[in-house]
Amino acid sequence: MAHIVLLGMSHKTASVEIREQLAVACRKEVNPLHMLPHLDHVDELVFLSTCNRVEFLFTCSSFAEGVREIKSVLRTHVGLPSTVPLDSYLYIYEDLEAVKHLFMVASSLDSMIVGEPQILGQLKDAFRDAVEYRTVRVVLNRLLHKSFSVAKRVRTETCVGSCAVSVSYAAVELARKIFGDLREKSVLLIGAGEMAELAAEHFIRQGVRRMVVANRTLERAMELAGRFEAETVSFDRFLEELKVIDIVVSSTGSQEPIIQYQDVRSRMRERRNKPLFFIDIAVPRDIDPKVNEIDNVYVYDIDDLQGVIDLNKDERLNQAQKAEHIIDEETIKFRNWMNSLSAVPTIVSVREKAETIRQNELRKTFSQLPDLSDREKEAIEILTKSIIKKFLHDPIVFLKKKAQRNAQAVYMDFTQQLFNLIDDNGVDTAPIDSEGEDAEDQTLLKTAKK
Amino acid sequence: MESLFLVIATLCYLCATVGYLVYLFRDLEQLHRISWTIMLVGALFHGAALVMRTANTGSLPVSTIQDALCMFAWVFVVTYLILQIRLQLRILGSFVSPLAVVFMLSSSLLPSQVMLKSQFFKSGWLIMHVGSLFFANALFALAFSVGIMYLLQERHIKKKNFGFLYERLPSLERLDSIAHYCVLSGFPLMTAGLITGFAYAAIVWHSPWNWDPKEILSLITWIIYAVLVHERLAVGWRGRRAAWLSILGFAAIVLTFVGASLLLGGHHSGKM
Repeated sequence: MAHIVLLGMSHKTASVEIREQLAVACRKEVNPLHMLPHLDHVDELVFLSTCNRVEFLFTCSSFAEGVREIKSVLRTHVGLPSTVPLDSYLYIYEDLEAVKHLFMVASSLDSMIVGEPQILGQLKDAFRDAVEYRTVRVVLNRLLHKSFSVAKRVRTETCVGSCAVSVSYAAVELARKIFGDLREKSVLLIGAGEMAELAAEHFIRQGVRRMVVANRTLERAMELAGRFEAETVSFDRFLEELKVIDIVVSSTGSQEPIIQYQDVRSRMRERRNKPLFFIDIAVPRDIDPKVNEIDNVYVYDIDDLQGVIDLNKDERLNQAQKAEHIIDEETIKFRNWMNSLSAVPTIVSVREKAETIRQNELRKTFSQLPDLSDREKEAIEILTKSIIKKFLHDPIVFLKKKAQRNAQAVYMDFTQQLFNLIDDNGVDTAPIDSEGEDAEDQTLLKTAKK
Repeated sequence: MESLFLVIATLCYLCATVGYLVYLFRDLEQLHRISWTIMLVGALFHGAALVMRTANTGSLPVSTIQDALCMFAWVFVVTYLILQIRLQLRILGSFVSPLAVVFMLSSSLLPSQVMLKSQFFKSGWLIMHVGSLFFANALFALAFSVGIMYLLQERHIKKKNFGFLYERLPSLERLDSIAHYCVLSGFPLMTAGLITGFAYAAIVWHSPWNWDPKEILSLITWIIYAVLVHERLAVGWRGRRAAWLSILGFAAIVLTFVGASLLLGGHHSGKM
């Protein structure tokens, strides 16, 4: 039976340098999906790349071979020399664990900022690419669709999603309590992560006058700057911007604080003590907490912001547990579907379906013909039985033969569709167009504002 | 008649204070409008009483500490009422109206003490002196109230501990700029008041500076505000330090105004 494998690295396992290198490579024209025809052991492939995460999701007949091939794809694609050890950054999940991980990613439970909404869109883009390259078939197609609907369920049934929105909303509200009108203010984004983008959107909506982006990789900075009509500044010169900027949103993956007490202190006189508001959404923190002690300087990290939001810690934990429960539930449902994709259960359900139809039809006929003798009834039963048996013989032989092949899932799925064997929890039609989701995000923002 | 008006005025301020204190907890625009109107009515009665008193004595009623405080309270309330129309900062009433009540009550509770013989108050110099100083002090009192609001709000934001007032108080920058303009417009008035005072002293006592305790305290107060204005304009001082300094300045004013007259001697305390 085919394995589902998820191989990748994220902010939890890889340092920011490695991830940035990956992210740059992954934005190259060539999508690693085009390599699929050259991979002997990998059947289906989806490739997800965001600034905090690079993941390959694939199915393969042999786990070890598949992982080996994907690793070499990763290496050649990124252009990492073989001297750089990769294994320590990677995580590899198999089958149910892979499914669960994907669901966690899609529902934004694995994100740096839990609940940030962009990951789902990025996953949908990844899926669309895979559809374009024709690298997804039955299993991953089904799995990705399922992950979209799981994400939706998590978002509607828990308030994990609104937490992230409210974090950046809380940041904007605080800024308004410090500065009043934000229209004359300027914002510096250090690091161009997903959450920074979300916060930037909020500030843009408040009509800030100027926005500056500083990022280690200029390319990404320019990309973000293009979206917000912002300027860019080189990463080693952002401290100079502190003389004029009012609000700093920092979200780099740096292990050490990038802004120290003295960096700010020495620039306060030059900025004539104008208030300076740091929003530090990086984990670990980008800004030395001591900076908060400087007069007219306010530093809020992600915990402070989450403290601002009315939800207390227990409630948030509760929501996260609820979300995980949903994911576990859906993982089991998916496993059931996966199991049904092998030959025996398919054949059984084809037979069952035929038998149910036969029984129903017999009952109808017998009730219309009450004069039939027992012998006649028996003859009719035998007749119908043998019709069904003969009729199903060839399909069943075919399925049994295909059961030995790698691609059996395709035939089983096809058979199930042909005979309409899928029960309700099997079918789901989550839309993959992102427009609907975006509109939903908008309404979410609006409700958060209220 | 005038004392009745003064009692009505005090009661009006008291009602307005109660209204504004409730307003602190309940964000009802109606409540603000009613309280503001009551305060306006109080100011009208208060003004009428002062006019009557002036008409009776033929000079500005500032010759005793009580009268002066009573007069100052009126200037303060009127300044607030006008500024409120411009600023539209409703919550300010909750911090200003108690001050008005304190001024009114202390004006009737403090012992009556003649500061200057009333014939002095017919001079134009002295009217200028008293008028501009009262307006300056009223503006500084507003800066003091706003400074307290600033410190409260700053504490919420800095300590990340949000009390119920956090929602109700305006942004730091708004509070700071109000305090800034109050101090900035009060300072020239105070300077003018002191200069006219010196000029008048030079005419009456043939010397502009007589080492009178009130003179010394006034100068100290002036220096405090001079430092504040200078630091604000030149260095860009703002926020917490500026708020503390404006509170210190107002404390110096109270000391000059009340303390010097009651506790220390000098020609401002009628012992000449």
